[in-house]
Amino acid sequence: MGLIYKKDVCTGCMLCPKVCNFGAIEKDGDKVKFDLDKCVLCGSCEEVCPVDAIEIERQVIDKEHLAQYKDVWVWCETHEGRLRSVARELVTKSRELADKLNEQVVAVLLGHNVEGLAESLVHQGADKVLVVDKEILAEYTTDAYTIAMTTLIAPRKPSIVLFGATSNGRDLAPRVAARMALGLTADCTGLDIDEEGQLVQTRPAFGGNIMAEILCPYTRPQMATVRPNVFKPSELDTSRDGDIEKVDVEIRPNQVRTKVLEKVSEVVEGMKSVEEADVVVCSGRGIKDPANLELPQKLADVLDAAVGGSRPIVDLGWLPPTQQVGQSGRTICPKLYFALGISGAIQHTAGMSTSDIIVAINKDPEAPIFEIADFGIVGDIFDILPHIIEEVKRLKAER
Amino acid sequence: MKIIVPVKQVPEVAEVKVNPDTGTLIREGVPSILNPFDELAVEAAIQLKESHGGEVTIITMGPPQAKDALYKALAMGGDKAVHMTDRAFAGADTWATAYTLAKQIEKMEFDLIICGKQAIDGDTAQVGPEIAEVLGIPQICYARHIEMSEDGKSITVHRETDEGYEVVKARLPVLITATKGLNEPRLPNIMGIMKAKKKPLEEVDAESLGVPEDEIGLKGSPTQVRKVFPPQKKAGGIKIEAEDPKEVAKKLVEFLAEKGAI
Ligand SMILES: Cc1cc2nc3c(=O)[nH]c(=O)nc-3n(C[C@H](O)[C@H](O)[C@H](O)COP(=O)(O)OP(=O)(O)OC[C@H]3O[C@@H](n4cnc5c(N)ncnc54)[C@H](O)[C@@H]3O)c2cc1C
Ligand SMILES: Nc1ncnc2c1ncn2[C@@H]1O[C@H](COP(=O)(O)O)[C@@H](O)[C@H]1O
Repeated sequence: MGLIYKKDVCTGCMLCPKVCNFGAIEKDGDKVKFDLDKCVLCGSCEEVCPVDAIEIERQVIDKEHLAQYKDVWVWCETHEGRLRSVARELVTKSRELADKLNEQVVAVLLGHNVEGLAESLVHQGADKVLVVDKEILAEYTTDAYTIAMTTLIAPRKPSIVLFGATSNGRDLAPRVAARMALGLTADCTGLDIDEEGQLVQTRPAFGGNIMAEILCPYTRPQMATVRPNVFKPSELDTSRDGDIEKVDVEIRPNQVRTKVLEKVSEVVEGMKSVEEADVVVCSGRGIKDPANLELPQKLADVLDAAVGGSRPIVDLGWLPPTQQVGQSGRTICPKLYFALGISGAIQHTAGMSTSDIIVAINKDPEAPIFEIADFGIVGDIFDILPHIIEEVKRLKAER
Repeated sequence: MKIIVPVKQVPEVAEVKVNPDTGTLIREGVPSILNPFDELAVEAAIQLKESHGGEVTIITMGPPQAKDALYKALAMGGDKAVHMTDRAFAGADTWATAYTLAKQIEKMEFDLIICGKQAIDGDTAQVGPEIAEVLGIPQICYARHIEMSEDGKSITVHRETDEGYEVVKARLPVLITATKGLNEPRLPNIMGIMKAKKKPLEEVDAESLGVPEDEIGLKGSPTQVRKVFPPQKKAGGIKIEAEDPKEVAKKLVEFLAEKGAI
């Protein structure tokens, strides 16, 4: 099943083993052979084959059925009565996608006492806001939010549904997708519409070593969670008009099977979130002593930046877990990232390699962080950082 | 108490390199390991068994060599294992993977399912919640701390959130996913490793699962990888030796100002 190889058609040009990312194609005499245990049927070989000797069996697309689905939806997550910034980013991005499709942007607002936020979503670019405002939604629970989302989606048939890839977004989206037996692409860093009007979802895999483009060709809606901070929110346009529709969804208390007993914030008063800041100043083991963290904090202060840490710094308790960047911490994508005394292990870079501009300071010229740095400085943090702070201050004063 | 732990064998991502000429992944010689987050899940299950009694079953869906991941989990202290392996399972996306696993788990007895937060090859964190949905049980994702009630009927979990954590309670059966901080996974000892291969290991193929072929593997997968490509290379990053720290600092700030970054 899956891959059909027409050996008699194959000319043995050996293009396909070169493009296979999974080492599944090997030279076999003057032809090739496939290791189907390694093959993920991605289709790279099918595309490159000049004589169509490789064919991947795919399902049939029912165009008429898919055409019933229209509009780009965004689940707009709130936190403590305000919208998370990723909601604004996604409404902005959806505007662009919907314009390409000639469809509408629909913002979905779930919660309690959240109706007041609806208008600003229109100003952000939504044509319509669906509001479900009830007490049972006051706190995020998987069950209540899944019922609300699927109840809205099923009869209205959107073609795309986007969620921010936050803790709650990545908890909710798979549950909604699975209830409707739909595909879901995780933690996307790119979204576009192709010639056929399909959503092209781009995401990193293998710790950021490779990017994948993913489609949902057969089913609708197409669903994705999208990494915060990748897209820039537009300026609010207060002249925009849109529909605000209140919808009642029935959710019974016994349908909610988990109970939130307590919420504990580890956000230290005044400490900015690494996920939401435009600039992140991150320190690694090179900072040596918790007292030295004052220096990166000073830089952060002048740049209005968040301070972050590599895993060892957080494990030592020098910074709270909310500030850890990397595979087992936060995945971030700020406009500017400082790596101070960080070697650049893949588990760390997996969480920050998509930052717009990466600045690294490290004593070791061979440190792998330099491979991804836009501006690498080989030297001692303690010698250089104070000068950087001075220079930034001077620049700000000049402006 | 019966606990099921779904685990995945993954390539050691840190050692995956990209061929600079072709831009493809070099997977030759890259060791396969038990997904680190799944080690946390296995450890949590064993600890619960040690304190509350019961049985831990490890399950994986994957090619023949994925058995090694099962052996590792058995060596840590799992009691038995299920290996779902069949060509027909190949090419599964998260939905088809979760569906296939859930269809097998449905046939088994369980009070608790513990998954890893995510597999480090795909980093999706979707299979756990999707299994829970197919089974129709609640989920608590990103567990940092687990506490079983005295009567063994409910569980309280510290669930990591963007701001910290929340304390969430649910009645069993429930599916939880394990994240960093939950525990320190034990290293299997020699005895454990020797015993592992003697523990019951059941193989399940598509036929014995009894699910139509178009619901599993590639055919049962709503998502499709269209293309894979290397991430955009940063165009010739600057790297300078800081002989004169003041001068370097000035250059950096000029660079950042020019790029509009500050
Ligand atoms: C499953 C798993 C998950 C992980 N998840 C994460 C994660 O989420 N985030 C994460 O960060 N790590 C993670 N790690 C750990 C990761 O592999 C590395 O161990 C870690 O990132 C190293 O941190 P570091 O760069 O701060 O320290 P080191 O690797 O010790 O590097 C310190 C660097 O500082 C430089 N230095 C020292 N003194 C100075 C000075 N005065 N001036 C300038 N430079 C100096 C040194 O040259 C060195 O390069 C994970 C590991 C595993 C196995
Ligand atoms: N093929 C598989 N077999 C068994 N368990 C899996 C498989 N894939 C994923 N899982 C489980 O689901 C979790 C999340 O995986 P993922 O959604 O791929 O990031 C993993 O940590 C495992 O516990």
